Amino acid sequence: MSSTLNVVTSQEYKYGFVTDIEADSVAPGLSEDVIRFISAKKGEPDWLLEFRLKAYRHWLTMTEPEWAKVDYPRPDFQKIVYYSAPRAKAPKYASMDEVDPELKRTFEKLGVPINEQAALAGVAVDVVFDSVSVTTTYKEKLAGVGIIFCSFSEAVKEHPELIKKYLGSVVPAADNFYAALNSAVFTDGSFVFIPKGVACPMDLSTYFRINNKESGQFERTLIVAEEGASVSYLEGCTAPQFDTNQLHAAVVELVALDNASIKYSTVQNWYAGDKNGVGGIFNFVTKRGLCKGKASHISWTQVETGSAITWKYPSCILLGDDSVGEFYSVALTNHKQQADTGTKMVHIGRNTKSTIISKGISAGDSSNSYRGLVKVQPKAEGARNFSQCDSMLIGQTSSASTFPYIEVQNRSAKVEHEATTSKIGEEQLFYFQQRGIPAEEAISMIINGFCKDVFRELPMEFAVEATKLLSLKLEGSVG
Amino acid sequence: MLSIKNLTASINGTPVLKGIDLQINAGEVHAIMGPNGSGKSTLGKVLAGHPSYEVTGGEVLFEGQNLFDLEPDARARAGIFMGFQHPIEVPGVSNASFLRLAYNKKAEADGRDELDPLEFDDFIHEKIKLVAMREEFLDRSLNEGFSGGEKKRNEILQMAVLEPKLAILDELDSGLDIDALRVLGDAVNRLQRADRALLIITHFPRILETIQPQFVHVLSGGRILKSAGKELALELEERGYDWVLEEAAAGGAR
Ligand SMILES: Nc1ncnc2c1ncn2[C@@H]1O[C@H](COP(=O)(O)OP(=O)(O)OP(=O)(O)O)[C@@H](O)[C@H]1O
Ligand SMILES: [Mg+2]
Repeated sequence: MSSTLNVVTSQEYKYGFVTDIEADSVAPGLSEDVIRFISAKKGEPDWLLEFRLKAYRHWLTMTEPEWAKVDYPRPDFQKIVYYSAPRAKAPKYASMDEVDPELKRTFEKLGVPINEQAALAGVAVDVVFDSVSVTTTYKEKLAGVGIIFCSFSEAVKEHPELIKKYLGSVVPAADNFYAALNSAVFTDGSFVFIPKGVACPMDLSTYFRINNKESGQFERTLIVAEEGASVSYLEGCTAPQFDTNQLHAAVVELVALDNASIKYSTVQNWYAGDKNGVGGIFNFVTKRGLCKGKASHISWTQVETGSAITWKYPSCILLGDDSVGEFYSVALTNHKQQADTGTKMVHIGRNTKSTIISKGISAGDSSNSYRGLVKVQPKAEGARNFSQCDSMLIGQTSSASTFPYIEVQNRSAKVEHEATTSKIGEEQLFYFQQRGIPAEEAISMIINGFCKDVFRELPMEFAVEATKLLSLKLEGSVG
Repeated sequence: MLSIKNLTASINGTPVLKGIDLQINAGEVHAIMGPNGSGKSTLGKVLAGHPSYEVTGGEVLFEGQNLFDLEPDARARAGIFMGFQHPIEVPGVSNASFLRLAYNKKAEADGRDELDPLEFDDFIHEKIKLVAMREEFLDRSLNEGFSGGEKKRNEILQMAVLEPKLAILDELDSGLDIDALRVLGDAVNRLQRADRALLIITHFPRILETIQPQFVHVLSGGRILKSAGKELALELEERGYDWVLEEAAAGGAR
């Protein structure tokens, strides 16, 4: 491959700095005592401690999944720090003024709007730093229309009945190895509750930042939209650059009741390791939405650009009749990154509909797999699915795979699957260059064209961000 | 404008150009003819800077500047345009946005104003008339699913947008129907001016009836074996290439 392509496709990570801040951490290692410590630190009720311990005991009996097309040294779970929080007067800042200036600067540097005055109009943000949520903006305004948007820890205290009702209702504690681990040790995350008939007046967003070198991040997000409610939720993440691997094992649960709609968008930019594959985040995440009510609608949009290893399958359980599940994904891997990502669409209700649009881009020596399951259960009369999985290779040494699994148990179902693989090769680049367009702009234009169908689904600011991010990930100075 | 001296180039270690000398001045139209595989497209791509070809010797000056000092995109912005024999397809990238980016890169390099999408819309609507292209082709993905002739039409549209100093047109005529050949030939003529030059690569004299060259060169085995006026094109059509090769061999033996 021409050197141009190689130079163009390597770019330094710009969020790799570490914030020097005093933290409250437990010693590395996992045991029932550590779990009791976390639970006590957060002042949790007994039932939640029980939930954690049960998950932990189950986790001890489980083994790490082996089926994904990813290859990595198994994390040593006794070397991970399970709780790390910036030291503060109170566990949660009452107002922005109390937030440590160093932390504020961190989020300014990251471009996260944590100051309401300066914030992007119309986006409320919950900011999670290592194990705790440090601030949530626009809370009062949202509360005015009955919307609850707060950190998970706060929700446990303020709205225990809701948490008790929905926690683990979509992703049971014993669902899989990482979900069980998360259920045992999760620290913070966001909780969103949109009451009956309310359309959330602004986009809600959570920004996750791993700062501590040894810490894992185990956040928990729960979003409930009652009958006729709707919300658009955005998630962003970054981490400093370390030469060791950090584990990120989150669980996200979405519940949509009758006619409710939840749109969940992620731009994932965890540190990916250096170009030789040293360091980077292991991103093992369980995301699942339950279309519980009739004509409910859950839509996942993800732009995955970071992490050394990505193992992630945002899924929809289409239980309510006429419910709709969507998955729009761009996964970009470069250097030694490995991604095994996709979705599961489980059709249970009648006339349920799902759409899967997946765009994988692999550059460098990376490996990028799409893995998706479309399952139509016997009662899902009239279920329909359309899947389109496209892969694009940049250079000669990257690889792309597609693993579509289709299980249809109802004869009236219609399932369509299309897949393509293309290549940005020298000839395409040369064509652009011959028209005066530099190689890096050419790559960015080709990639954006390739991802158009997914970017269209992102909220405006996120789409702009995602476009820039992909270009950054693939661009460099052409020598 | 362009001066090529003893240019040699190879691909994957195989020499293809074996000492090319060619001088092109502003206002001139040159044609290159020659058997399949003789190195015609290679010459064009080497001038444009295709990364697969290795220049092994010789010199090329474009307006006094060493061409090999420039990246391919800089050569294009300096005014070299290559109309490809086989234009590549780029799914997902709209023809219009590609054309606008190319235009703006050139404008930026020339110190002219860049055009926003609305201004460009007006601009491009004038240009498509020149090549008689239907508007819908602007919204389609770049060359994707275009017929052979439509791709060639799009190449000339790009030429019209960029107004290059030197346009190398590699087999513009192959795959064109009779009307298209006339339309595009006329378009190229209208783009030709006293401060510009054309290098037409072709197998057929027909296109040279519209785009009339002052010089016709025969390229064979990586060398220019014969150069003459435009009458040479017709003679080649009648007699083929063997006699040129024989003449050259005899000349070489002498
Ligand atoms: N990638 C490659 N590897 C090896 N040889 C190549 C490669 N590309 C081109 N060649 C060879 O270079 C020679 C010149 O090719 P070129 O395309 O320049 O010919 P041409 O004169 O344009 O022919 P045509 O009239 O058929 O278009 C041919 O013999 C061709 O096989
Ligand atoms: Mg050729």
